[in-house]
Amino acid sequence: MDSLFQIGIFVGLMILGYFTGRYIETNHYKSIRHREKKHIKLPAVTFSHSVDWSEMKNAKLVVGIAVISIDYYKAVVGSIRSFFGGRVTAHESVMDRARREAVLRMKEEAIGFDAIENVRFETSTISDSSDKRIIGVEVIAYGTAVSKMVA
Amino acid sequence: MILTNVSAVPGMTIVEHFGLVSGSTVRSKHFGKDFLASLKNVVGGELKGYTELLNEAREESVARMVKQAKALGANAIVNIRFSTSSVASGAAELYAYGTAVLVK
Repeated sequence: MDSLFQIGIFVGLMILGYFTGRYIETNHYKSIRHREKKHIKLPAVTFSHSVDWSEMKNAKLVVGIAVISIDYYKAVVGSIRSFFGGRVTAHESVMDRARREAVLRMKEEAIGFDAIENVRFETSTISDSSDKRIIGVEVIAYGTAVSKMVA
Repeated sequence: MILTNVSAVPGMTIVEHFGLVSGSTVRSKHFGKDFLASLKNVVGGELKGYTELLNEAREESVARMVKQAKALGANAIVNIRFSTSSVASGAAELYAYGTAVLVK
C-alpha cells in the first residue's frame, strides 16, 4: 500500500510536470519569438568593430541573466536518457530558452543603442546540495552596447 | 566609470593602463526562496528568486571591481569577463575581472 502510494505520487508529478512544463515552455517560446522580432534592429554580435568605433560616443556594459528550471518530467526523462547515453533533447530546450532569454534581457537593457558587440555567455547549473539533482540552469549574457548618441 | 567588454572604449583613446582589477561574491544556493524553487522544479519555468540573487551577485562583483579601479585612479574598465565556479556544494562564486584604464 505504501509503495503504491509512492508510485502514485511519482506518476502524478510526472503528469503534472509534463503538462505544466509543456504549457510554460510553449508560452515562453512564444514570448521569446515575439521579443526577438521586436529587437531585430538591435544586432548583438560576438565580435568587435561591427560598427565604426570612431563614430561612437557612448559605450556601456550590458548584462542579461536568466535562471530556468527543469520540470519534473524532463528531469526524469533526462536521467533515464543519461543512463543510456545519447542526445538529451529534454534538456536542450531548457538550455536554449535560458540563453535566448538572457540575450533578450541584455538587449532590453541596451534600448536606444546601435549595436551590442562582443557578446559572451557564462553558463552554470544550480544543483541541490543534498542530492546531486540539477534544479536549473543559469545563464549570463553580456556585451558592450555602443551608440552614436551621447548619453 | 565606463565599463566595456571589448578591448577599448569605443570613441575614446586609452592613455594609461593600470592592470587587472577584479571583484567576486560567493552566494549560497540555500536561502528562503529555496522551498519555492523546489515547487517550481516540478512544473518548470523561470526561477525568479535565483535570477534576482544572481543579479545582486553580479552587481556586487562589479561594484567591488569598480572600487578597486577607482583606487588606482582609473576612469574605465575594459575587456570585462564574468566567470562562475562552485566553491562548495550549495555555494557558487561569481567573479568579474577586467583591465583598469584611463581614457580620454
